[in-house]
Amino acid sequence: MSFISLLWVLLLGSLLGLELIGKVPPTLHTPLMSGANAISGITMLAALTLIVKAEGNLPLLIIGSISLGFALFNVVGGFFVTDRMLAMFSRKPSNKK
Amino acid sequence: MNLPVIIKFVIDLLAVLLLALGIKGLSKVKSARDANRLAAFAMLLSVIGLLSYYLGTSGIDLQSWTWIIIGSIIGSLLGAILAKKVPMTSMPETVALFNGCGGMSSLLVALGVAIFPISNNLENVDFLKSLINEVSISVSIFVGAITFTGSIVAMAKLQGWLSTPGWTQSKFRHFVNIVFAVASLIAFFDLINGNTSSIWLLVLVSSLLGIGVTLPIGGADMPVVISLLNSYSGIAAAAAGFVVDSQLLIVAGAMVGAAGLILTQVMCKGMNRSLVSVLFGGSLSAQSTTSSGSAEYTNITSCSVEECALTLEAANKVIIVPGYGLAVAQAQHTLREVTKKLEQNGIEVVYAIHPVAGRMPGHMNVLLAEADVPYEQLKEMDVVNPDFPATDVVLVLGANDVVNPQAKNDSSSPLYGMPVLDVQEARTVFVIKRGMSAGYSGIKNDLFDLPNTSMVFGDAKKVLSDLIGELKDLGVGEK
Repeated sequence: MSFISLLWVLLLGSLLGLELIGKVPPTLHTPLMSGANAISGITMLAALTLIVKAEGNLPLLIIGSISLGFALFNVVGGFFVTDRMLAMFSRKPSNKK
Repeated sequence: MNLPVIIKFVIDLLAVLLLALGIKGLSKVKSARDANRLAAFAMLLSVIGLLSYYLGTSGIDLQSWTWIIIGSIIGSLLGAILAKKVPMTSMPETVALFNGCGGMSSLLVALGVAIFPISNNLENVDFLKSLINEVSISVSIFVGAITFTGSIVAMAKLQGWLSTPGWTQSKFRHFVNIVFAVASLIAFFDLINGNTSSIWLLVLVSSLLGIGVTLPIGGADMPVVISLLNSYSGIAAAAAGFVVDSQLLIVAGAMVGAAGLILTQVMCKGMNRSLVSVLFGGSLSAQSTTSSGSAEYTNITSCSVEECALTLEAANKVIIVPGYGLAVAQAQHTLREVTKKLEQNGIEVVYAIHPVAGRMPGHMNVLLAEADVPYEQLKEMDVVNPDFPATDVVLVLGANDVVNPQAKNDSSSPLYGMPVLDVQEARTVFVIKRGMSAGYSGIKNDLFDLPNTSMVFGDAKKVLSDLIGELKDLGVGEK
C-alpha cells in the first residue's frame, strides 16, 4: 500500500466516523462510549502482526504478546461491559400500569 | 493477486462494514445491543482474516502461536472477569481503564517495531517508507502514552485514589505541560532524524504530559475527558495501522477517533462546558470558591421522613430527580421500591433525567434500568421541564447543580447558562441530601433556600428505606 492511499483510507475513515453518530439519545452516551472504546482495541491486529513477524526474536515476541493482552483486555472487557449495560435497556418493562 | 490476499481483502471489507453498522446501531436504543454484538463479531472476523492471511502466505511458526495464545488468553480472561464483576456504579472508571489499556497496546506495538526494526521486511519498501514509518511510530507512541497515563489518572481520580493536588490549579501547570509538550516535540524530531534512543525520552515525556493534562481536571468534567481519551485511543490505533501497514486498523481507528470527538462535543454541550475550558480551565470548584464565596444559606427548612411520606401520599404526580449521590449510595433499587408503592397507590411517577445525571451522560439511565425502572418513565430534561408546574412533589435524590435555579437567574453565577431542571416550579420539593455540602461546582444552591423546598438530611439509601417503612405505615401501596 502506498502512503498516499493509506492517507485516503484515514481521511475517509474519519469522515465516516463523523457521520456515523449524529444524534445520540443521552441514554446511550455511556454504552456508545464503551462500545467505541472496545473497537479501539483493534490494535490487537497490530500486536498480532508484530508477533507473526517476530521470527523468533524473543523480546519482540514478549512485547507483542503483552500488547496483544492489553488490546484483548480492552476488546473483550469493553464488549462484555457494553452488553451488560445494554441488556438492562432491552429487558421488557415488567409492570406497566 | 493471489488467493490469501483476496480473501483478506474481502474479510477486511466486510469487517469495516460491520464495524460501521455497529457504531451506527449503537446510537439507537432498539438496535444497540445487536449492534454491539455485531461489532464484536466484526472484530473476531478481522482477527480470522489476518491469521488466515499469514497462514496462507508466510505461515505462522509454533513460537508465534504460543505467544499469541498466551497473550490472548490472559488478556481476554482478565477483561471478561472485570467486565462481569464490576458494579454498574463504577462504569466510568472501568471504561477509562479499558481505554488506557488500548492506548498501551498501541504504544507497545510502536515501541516493539522501533526497537527491533523488523517491519522493514514488510512488503514493498518505497523511498518514503522509512520516514513514514518513523513518523507513524512516533505518533503512535505519543498518543498511546497520553491515552494510557491520562486514562489511568482519570480512573484513579474517579475511584477516589487520587485527589486534585493544589498546585495543579495554579497557572504553573500550563508551564509544566508546555515543557512536556516541547520536550516531546524535540524527541519526535530527534527520532525522525534517526536517533533511536530518543524514543525513551518520547515515551517518558508523553506519559508525563498525559498525567499533567488530566490531573488538574475536576471530577465533574472527567466523563468528557474519558470520552476524549477514547477518541485518542482510536487515533493511536490508526497510527499503529500506519506502523504495520494495515488499512483495516486505520479505518477502524479513524472511525472511533472521529466518533469519539463527536460524542465528546455532545457531552460538553450537555454540561454547558466548552472543550477548551474543560482541558485548560482546571477544576470548576477551585475557580468558584475564590469568585463566589458567599455560600451561606438563610432559609433552610428541614423535615422528617414522616412528613415527606405524608406529602407523597397526598400527591397525584411525583417527579424523581436522581443524581450522583443516588449512584454513590447505590440506592437505585430502594428508590424503585418507593416508586412501586406510590404507583400502586395510583400516583403518577416520572423520573427526570438531566443529560449529565449520574457520573457520565447516560449513566443514570443504566443504573435505573438495572433497578427495573420501566424505560417509558425516564424522561429527558426538555420533555419533563414543562411538567414541573403541574407536579405536586419533586424528590431530588443526590442531585445538586442540575437543579440549581442560579443557572437560569443569576448571570454572575459560574453555572449560568447550564441547562437545568426547573424543579422549583413544583408545589413541593424534597431534597434528600447528606448535609449542606455543595455539589461538584462548589456553588451554593438557591433551590435549598426557597420556601417550597424542604431538606431531608441523611444517606439516600437510609432515607429511602425509612420512607418505605413510613409509606407502609400509611397503608400506601396496599390496596
